[in-house]
Amino acid sequence: MTTENSGDVRLSGISKTYDNGFTAVQPLDLTVPHGSFFALLGASGCGKTTTLRMIAGLEEPSSGTVHLGDQEVTNLPPYKRPVNTVFQSYALFPHLDIFENVAFGLRRRGIKSVKKQVEEMLDLVQLGEQARKKPHQLSGGQQQRVAVARALINHPKVLLLDEPLGALDLKLRRQMQLELKRIQTEVGITFVHVTHDQEEAMTMADTVAVMNAGRVEQLGSPADLYENPQTTFVANFLGTSNLIEAEVDTRSGEDIVLKAGGGKLVLPRARCSAPAQTGGKVLVGIRPEKISLTHADDAGEIPAGRNRITGRIADSSFIGVSTQYVIDSAVCPEFEVYAQNIERDSRLVPGAEVVLHWSPAHTFGLDAAQDIDAGVDTAEEEAA
Amino acid sequence: MPFVNWLKRHLVVIAGLLTLGYLLLPNVVVTVFSFNKPKGRFNYEWQQFSTDAWKDPCGVADMCGSLGLSLQIAVWATIGATVLGTMIAFALVRYRFRARGAVNSLIFLPMAMPEVVMAASLLTLFLNMGAQLGFWTILIAHIMFCLSFVVTAVKARVMSMDPRLEQAAQDLYAGPAQTFLRVTLPIAAPGIAAGALLAFALSFDDFIITNFNAGSTVTFPMFVWGSAQRGTPVQINVIGTAMFLVAVLFVLSGMIIGNRRNRQKA
Amino acid sequence: MATVTEAEAPPLAPRPAPKPPKKRGRLVPYWLLLPGLLWLVVFFALPMIYQASTSVQTGSLEEGYKVTWHFATYWDSLAEYWPQFLRSVSYAAAATVLCLLLGYPLAYLIAFRAGRWRNLIMILVIAPFFTSFLIRTLAWKTILADSGPVVHTLNTLGVLDVTDWLGWTAGDRVLATPLAVVCGLTYNFLPFMILPLYTSLERIDGRLHEAAGDLYARPWTTFRKVTFPLSMPGVVSGTLLTFIPAAGDYVNAELLGSTDTRMIGNVIQTQFLRILDYPTAAALSFILMAAILLMVTVYIRRSGTEDLV
Repeated sequence: MTTENSGDVRLSGISKTYDNGFTAVQPLDLTVPHGSFFALLGASGCGKTTTLRMIAGLEEPSSGTVHLGDQEVTNLPPYKRPVNTVFQSYALFPHLDIFENVAFGLRRRGIKSVKKQVEEMLDLVQLGEQARKKPHQLSGGQQQRVAVARALINHPKVLLLDEPLGALDLKLRRQMQLELKRIQTEVGITFVHVTHDQEEAMTMADTVAVMNAGRVEQLGSPADLYENPQTTFVANFLGTSNLIEAEVDTRSGEDIVLKAGGGKLVLPRARCSAPAQTGGKVLVGIRPEKISLTHADDAGEIPAGRNRITGRIADSSFIGVSTQYVIDSAVCPEFEVYAQNIERDSRLVPGAEVVLHWSPAHTFGLDAAQDIDAGVDTAEEEAA
Repeated sequence: MPFVNWLKRHLVVIAGLLTLGYLLLPNVVVTVFSFNKPKGRFNYEWQQFSTDAWKDPCGVADMCGSLGLSLQIAVWATIGATVLGTMIAFALVRYRFRARGAVNSLIFLPMAMPEVVMAASLLTLFLNMGAQLGFWTILIAHIMFCLSFVVTAVKARVMSMDPRLEQAAQDLYAGPAQTFLRVTLPIAAPGIAAGALLAFALSFDDFIITNFNAGSTVTFPMFVWGSAQRGTPVQINVIGTAMFLVAVLFVLSGMIIGNRRNRQKA
Repeated sequence: MATVTEAEAPPLAPRPAPKPPKKRGRLVPYWLLLPGLLWLVVFFALPMIYQASTSVQTGSLEEGYKVTWHFATYWDSLAEYWPQFLRSVSYAAAATVLCLLLGYPLAYLIAFRAGRWRNLIMILVIAPFFTSFLIRTLAWKTILADSGPVVHTLNTLGVLDVTDWLGWTAGDRVLATPLAVVCGLTYNFLPFMILPLYTSLERIDGRLHEAAGDLYARPWTTFRKVTFPLSMPGVVSGTLLTFIPAAGDYVNAELLGSTDTRMIGNVIQTQFLRILDYPTAAALSFILMAAILLMVTVYIRRSGTEDLV
């Protein structure tokens, strides 16, 4: 019954506006290909969970349609959709034991002999021993695996995961990330995963959709999103970005030359998502780990062709694998630089004059009409 | 002064236990006097030990009949109030609808109203309608005043229930009826049971409202009331003691079963 | 119910013509509310209206009653029965205060000090409920009997001389005096005080006591500044649950009191069931209801816990 694209999830023009007038999801088109691990990433209130719940049928869309493969399910109640959900904080039935929790979906579909299937599924999530315990007797990680087993046993076309690891501590979360990835590869079902944790999304998913204020800001592979952010929100929400306001000076061939605080910066045209007219403004972005730091005395040793900025070290903190510097510069008051601890230059202490330089290929350009700090606070709040 | 210090530290415990004694003293008296052999018609003074009443608990005319009637009314009132009250509680917690405030006050008011007021006004209604006072009017009255208590008990339980459990059931192919039977009802059961138990106790023990609306029908509390005027048979104490013991045993066995189940789990 | 039949269809089958989901269960709450609310409207609210109408009727049993807007019934019955009203309020207030004083230590004991005895004590508080309260109230006749040990002790200690002087007891007797009635009321409604108190005390985090102690509060100060304020919701609902039924009670006054201790409940009962003067009875019962609702509203406002309902 499974054809090649029968596991596709297609959302067309789907939106959700609540009775009180709040629009949680703006009209949205999205296709999740069959067999992929897809993450919806965003801060709380960005509409990612609402989107997931509309796929599950737990929320009625205000407009648009939901297709699973060739079947339109927009008006089907949740219990008629070939989709299962791993709920936030799991929602395991407290009055049923683990076995009955896992068997619940099979029994509701009128399947009589569930024993073998349930036992196999419990083995898959390594809980064969706990079958007769009640949910509250299990640890958080075990409960999480029961929730996954309870959903997967129904062989859904799509498995929806709503912040499935949110309640676990850091170490367990890392472990479960790998575990979920393993299970997904093993069963080959489409996973749609909602999370606010950018690291989690990047570790697990093939494709990530970054959501903000009810819209998808950008969609792509984790590396693509990180290296080529298209908006300031994505640049700031995924990792850290240094953003410099610059003016377009000249456009020559493949490159755009920009003026920023007296110096010149080069930006590959292909990496600029803004319409860069001569004389117009562009936000130039660079990730902190792409930058090299050289003491001002050695400025002559820097190879030609690299983008350069001068500044003074305002603060430095040693965190083991790297040292994080905050640089005070004319173009950007708090420039962040992460330097690998390979050879430490003892002159690089707060107060020292330095030159920051990086390959133009790592530079990206964004539309200057956006809020330069979009996504900074949300990322910090979620981390807290 | 070690004694004074000890007294200071345990003052709350001593005061609390004295209150407990005050609460239980009448039950002790009821039990002791169920073995009395009174001289006159009233069983208020100790005469001599006897187990006569225990050997013949139904030896008083009409008493066991009234007891049976009270049990019957209590069972039906419990069923009626529990069903209606549970429905209201679910509607209040789970749905949005108009006039919620009015509904809430209509449910709160019977609990804030002195019984004698409700009793008198209900009798006015029955007299105006020309209703025959008896079993049915008692039952109607009992369901009415038990209803609010059931709503309160069930509401508390349903409110603390995670709505995601029902969504999870729906997600796992349970339709509305299945979701209700397999998930909602079992989880709400302790609240419903508490409400039902309360309704039973309230109905079985009610005197004031029953006295107004019973006509010539005699429930057990009305029998006791009447006997306080005519003469109190020892058998009343036997029934009182038995009820107390049954209640304690009932709760204790429930607790022991609960404990054992918990220990098995751990 | 269309939704029930839907559930029995094969779960994964697509429906040919799905109905718009908007209508799913819009009317469900009304159907759930209807029977219960109808019951309360017909047998609780409607009777109140009948009673209001009865209270302004005149006539006699033989000729029938008519609404004549005879409000004088209210003034007449107030003028005649104000002592009983006053007595009801003061007895109920005394019983409520006693319940609070007696009930608080026990609720505190169960919540914080009982340890593994907690459940047993809880059962002992609730279990008497299951013995008819009339039987238990009659037991007070034995306990407070003139020749009994309680009266004898109080007499020897000279307590009865003091209470006699205060007008609470009469001579060497406790039975058939205000003290006996208040004692019975206190006893009957004590569990209604203990249970809400216990509920709100039990919610208090035990570490708050330690924190208060850590911040230099002596035990009594801890109680006054931390425990008691936090138990206020329990105190408020406990006093209401005690005061309201106590003010309308007539069983204790009848069984343990005398004609000098008759409360308003006794009057309403007699008017209604013996004298058959329905307008007066209805007026009295209306005044009682209005007085109690007024007092309760003022009390809830002043104690600042309006989320009781």
